[in-house]
Amino acid sequence: MDDSINKSNSKQNNSPTNSLPIGGMFQSRHIGLSEDDKKTMLNFLGFKDMEECMQSIVPDDIYEKSSLELESPLSEEAAIARLKRLAEKNYLYKSYIGQGYYNTHTPKVIQRNILENPGWYTSYTPYQPEISQGRLEALLNYQTMISDLTGLEIANASLLDEATAAAEAMAMAKRVSKSSGDRFFIDEDCFSQTIAVVETRAKSLGIGIDIGSIKEVDLNNNYFGLLTQYPGASGDIMDLSSHISKAKQHHTIVIMIADILALMLLKSPGELGADIAVGSTQRFGTPIGFGGPHAAYMATRKDFQRSIPGRIVGVSIDQHDNIAYRLALQTREQHIRREKATSNICTAQALLAIIAGFYAIFHGSEGLRQIAAKINRLTRIFAHGLSEMNYEILNQNFFDTVSVKTNQHTQTIIDKALEHRINLRAIDSKTIGVAIDETVDLEDIELLWEIFSHKQSQEINALSEEPTTSLPESLKRNSNVLQDPVFNRYHSETEFMRYARLLCDKDIALDKAMIPLGSCTMKLTATSEMLAIGWPKFSSIHPLAPENQIQGYRQLFDELQEMLCQITGFSAFSFEPNAGSQGEYAGLLVIDAYHKNRGETGRNICLIPKSAHGTNPASAMMAGMKVISINCDNEGNIDLDDLKSKAKLHQQELSAAMITYPSTHGVFETTIREVCAIVHEHGGQVYIDGANMNAMVGICYPGEFGGDVSHLNLHKTFCIPHGGGGPGVGPIGVLKHLEPFLPNLGINQEPSSGSNNIGSISAVPWGSASVLPISWMYITMMGRQGLRAATESAILSANYIASRLKQYYKILYTGHSGLVAHECIIDLREFKQRADIEVDDVAKRLIDHGFHPPTISFPVPGTLMIEPTESESKKELDRFCDAMISIRDEITAIESGELDRLDNPLKNAPHTAEHVAANDWHHAYSRESAAYPLSYLKKQKYWPPVGRLNHMYGEKNLRTSRLPEDE
Amino acid sequence: MNAMTGELKFSTNHEWVRLEQDNVAVVGITDFAQGLLGDIVFVELPEVGQQVQLNDEIAVVESLKAASDIYSPISGVILEINEALSDQPEVINSSPDEQGWLYKIEYRNLDELNQLLSPDDYNDLCQSES
Repeated sequence: MDDSINKSNSKQNNSPTNSLPIGGMFQSRHIGLSEDDKKTMLNFLGFKDMEECMQSIVPDDIYEKSSLELESPLSEEAAIARLKRLAEKNYLYKSYIGQGYYNTHTPKVIQRNILENPGWYTSYTPYQPEISQGRLEALLNYQTMISDLTGLEIANASLLDEATAAAEAMAMAKRVSKSSGDRFFIDEDCFSQTIAVVETRAKSLGIGIDIGSIKEVDLNNNYFGLLTQYPGASGDIMDLSSHISKAKQHHTIVIMIADILALMLLKSPGELGADIAVGSTQRFGTPIGFGGPHAAYMATRKDFQRSIPGRIVGVSIDQHDNIAYRLALQTREQHIRREKATSNICTAQALLAIIAGFYAIFHGSEGLRQIAAKINRLTRIFAHGLSEMNYEILNQNFFDTVSVKTNQHTQTIIDKALEHRINLRAIDSKTIGVAIDETVDLEDIELLWEIFSHKQSQEINALSEEPTTSLPESLKRNSNVLQDPVFNRYHSETEFMRYARLLCDKDIALDKAMIPLGSCTMKLTATSEMLAIGWPKFSSIHPLAPENQIQGYRQLFDELQEMLCQITGFSAFSFEPNAGSQGEYAGLLVIDAYHKNRGETGRNICLIPKSAHGTNPASAMMAGMKVISINCDNEGNIDLDDLKSKAKLHQQELSAAMITYPSTHGVFETTIREVCAIVHEHGGQVYIDGANMNAMVGICYPGEFGGDVSHLNLHKTFCIPHGGGGPGVGPIGVLKHLEPFLPNLGINQEPSSGSNNIGSISAVPWGSASVLPISWMYITMMGRQGLRAATESAILSANYIASRLKQYYKILYTGHSGLVAHECIIDLREFKQRADIEVDDVAKRLIDHGFHPPTISFPVPGTLMIEPTESESKKELDRFCDAMISIRDEITAIESGELDRLDNPLKNAPHTAEHVAANDWHHAYSRESAAYPLSYLKKQKYWPPVGRLNHMYGEKNLRTSRLPEDE
Repeated sequence: MNAMTGELKFSTNHEWVRLEQDNVAVVGITDFAQGLLGDIVFVELPEVGQQVQLNDEIAVVESLKAASDIYSPISGVILEINEALSDQPEVINSSPDEQGWLYKIEYRNLDELNQLLSPDDYNDLCQSES
C-alpha cells in the first residue's frame, strides 16, 4: 500500500509538467481558482496546504491507493492538432446507407447560434422554470412539431435514440394495455438495431417476443403490443389500417416507428389508429455523428399521458397569470416514483430536440414539405432509371429507400461505389439498399446509375419522364401540419437569429452565472473541447460505414477507454449507454449475466440505500431485479448493521448493491471498503453510481476500493455539456471478471455463439460517439496533475461555501472531520416555523440575485444542495455566498417582524421587470430591494421573464403543445 | 367485535374505512395523509367489480410533489368508485373524509376490520409521525 503512494508521489515529482509554467497550460483556464485563491481559501478553512485538506476529507484507506498514469497534458493548440490527426484517420464517403441515419444540412444559423452557442449547450434540465423559459419554449415548439406530424396529442421532450424509444414504448404498452397477453410482436421490417434493443429490454422484463411479418401474423389475444415501422427498413410502405383495427379488437397497443420527414407526405400514425409513435429526429438538422447523439421522439394519445416516459413540457401560468412553461407530470418520473416510475429515464436529448424544432422553424411547413417531396422525387427518378437498366426494385412503395435486386452482383456494385467514395448498403449477395436524403442532387443520382450500370455508357430516360407515384394513394397526407405561427414566421436569417437570441436570453446558462446544482456538476465545457463536433470527419460519419473508414474513431475510443480505466481502476469500458440511467441499467444487466453464467440463477435482489437517487431503484426494476432498501443513520451514512443483516438474510438471492460514492449527501463515507466487502462476502456485486466521480478523479479509484462496475456521467465529470437536459453519456466501466458481459456488439452484428454479452442497450455500440471528443480533449489537456487539481479545487470550493455559510445556515451532513466532499447541503426546514419560509422561497429569491438555484429537496426535502465545481472563481463563489447571506438577512427580518410573513421579497420572488416597474406597487418592501437586494445587481442584472410558476394550474390544465393564442 | 354501521376505522397507511350497511365499506385517505401530500392533482381508481386482496395496490393519489399508492385496507369486491374525483381530485384536500372518498367495497372478512385502528389509536400514530 505504501509503495503505491510513494510511486505516485515520485511520479509527480518527476513529472515534466512541473517545470512548465502552469499558467500556460489549459488547467488554469479550466479551474476557476488561482493559486492565491486556493491559499486564501485553505487558510480560511484552517489548512496549511491542499494535501492536508484532502487528507482530512478523503478516508485514509482509499486515498491515493493507485496512481493515475496519464500522459503529460497538452496545450489547447497541441491537443486540437492531435485530435485533428485522429479525425484524419476517418474517411468521409457519401452515404446512401440510411437505416435510421441520414445526411442532413444543419442550417448554418442553427449551427452557430444554437449547437455551438454556450447559452444553449451549457444550460441544465429546466427543473427551475423561471430561469428556463427559453429552452422550455424551444422544447414546446419541438413537442408541437411532433404532435402535428404524428397526429398524436401528447409528445414528450425527446428520448435517447429511436431504438431505446421503441423499447420504452414496449414497456409503456405493457403498462397501459388491457390485453391479458404477455407477448410482444415485432414486424420484421424494423431496423435491426431497433429489434436488438427491444429484445434486450424484453428479456429483463420477462416479455416474450415474436418477430414476423405483420401481414401474416394472427393477431390474437397473445399480444399486449405490437411494433411496426413506417416506412420499413426495406423502404417499403404498407397500409396497416386493417391490421391496426384488428389489433385493437384484441386490446393490443399499436406502436409505429415513423420517419419524421416521411410524415410530411404520409398519413400520420394517429390518423392510422396507432396508440404510440416513436422515431428519430436526426434528419431534422442533427449531424449523423457516427450514430449519436440524436433526439428520438415519442407521442401518444391523451388517454395515455400519465404513462408516457421522459420529460414533458407543459403550458401553465405564472403568479401574475401570464403564460409560462414548465415540466409537467413529474410524478411519473424516477426521481419521485423510484421503482414504480414509468421508466428510469432522467435525461432527454434536449439540445438535439431543440435543434430539430428549430430546423422545422427554419424551413417552415412548406419548406419541409418541399424537402420531403424532393427526396421522394429523386428516389423515384433513381428507381425509374434502375428499372430501365432492368433492375428489379423490390418495394414498389417507398419514400426515400429502395431495395434493389442485383442478381448476385452486390459485391461488384458495392466495390464500384467505394471507388467513387460512396457507401451503399449490401443487404445480401442479391440485394442492395439505397437511401436518398436531403443532401442528394441529380448529379448524385446520375453517378449512382453509373455505378449500377453494366455498360460503359447507358442512355437513361428517367430524367425526362415524370416518374410515377411511389406513395400508396390511401396513405397520402391530407391534413395540414405546422400551422402555428412559430413555424411560419422566422424564415429570414435575421428574424431567425433574433428569435434564437430572444429565447436564449431568457435562460441562465453557464455563460451568465454559476449553476450550483448539487449532484449535477455544472463545470466548464471549454470551447476547444467543443470544436470537433463541427468537424465533418467526426460529425458526418455513418455508424454502418466500413471499418477501414472509421479508424480515427476506433483510436479515439481506445484512447478514451484507456484514460478512463486509469482514472477509475476498471479494466474495460463500454460507451454504449447514452445516459447515466442507461449505464445503470446496462451495469446491472452485466451483473445479472455474470451470476447466471456462473449458474447462480436465483440472484435477483438489489440492495439500495434509502438516500440513493430515484434512478437507482428504477434501473434495478428495469433490469428485472427486486429492490430492498438499506437504512441510513442520522449522519446520512449507510447503516452497516442494516446492510449486514439484509445481505445475510438474502445471501442466496443477493445480486447487487448500488452505492453512490461520495454519498448522495456529499460525504466521503469512511466505511466504503467495508460496505463493498460485505456485499462481496454475501455473493453480491457492487455497482458504484459514478454520479459523484468529480470528487474522486486522481484521489481515489472505484475499481480499487470495491466497485465491480460503475457508470461515469461524461456529461458531468468529463465536460460534455448538459445541453439543457441532454445529451448525456453514461459509459460503464467493469473489472476484468465482468468484461465478457459488456454490451460490445458491433451495430447489426449477431452475437457469436457462446457469447455471454448482454445484447444491445442502445442503437449504436459506441453510443453518442460524436461528443466523445469533448471528454478526450478534457483529459488530454488536463493530464494527471490537472485532473487531480480539478478534484481538489472542486472539494475546496464546496468546503469554502459550507464554511462561509455555516454561521448563517445549518449544514446538514458532514464527514468525520466536519467537512464535506464536493457539495454541501443547506437545511432550511427550521425557517418554516419561524418565518413561513420554505426551500422554494430561498431558491426563487436566488434568481433575483442572478443565480440558478441549487438542487432543491434532494436528497433531503426542505434543503438546498450546492455543488460549485472547480470551474468557478473565488469571486463567483463569494458572490453566491453573499447572495445567500443577504437572503438570510431577509429571513431574519421576517422572523423579527420587520418584514411581513406573507408579503416579503422571498415569498414574491422572483421579481420580473414588469412586476417591479408596474404603476401599482402594493408591497411592504421597496421596488429597489425587490430587484436589487445587493448593489452589484445594478450593473449585472438578470430579469426573469416570468414570475413564480403556478404548478397547480399547469397540472390541472395539461397542455403540451402550442396554441396560436399563446402569442 | 362486531362491525357497526357508521363506525370509522383507520389503517396504518393513513386510509380511513367507514362501515355502512350490508357489508359495504367506504374507503378514503385521511386528513393527515392529504396534508402530507399537498395539492392533489390526479387520482387513479380501481375498476368496479374488481376483486381486491388485503394490501393490494389499488389506487394512486398524486399531488404536485408526490405520488402515493393506496393499499387496500380490506379485501372484497369494488362496488363503486368516486367518479367525481377524475375532474376534481382537489376535493380530497378540501373534504378528505366526506366528498373525497375513493371507493366503496363489499367486504367479507371481519378479522381484517378488527385489525384496523380505532380513531384514538390512529391519532396516536399521527402524533408519533408528525
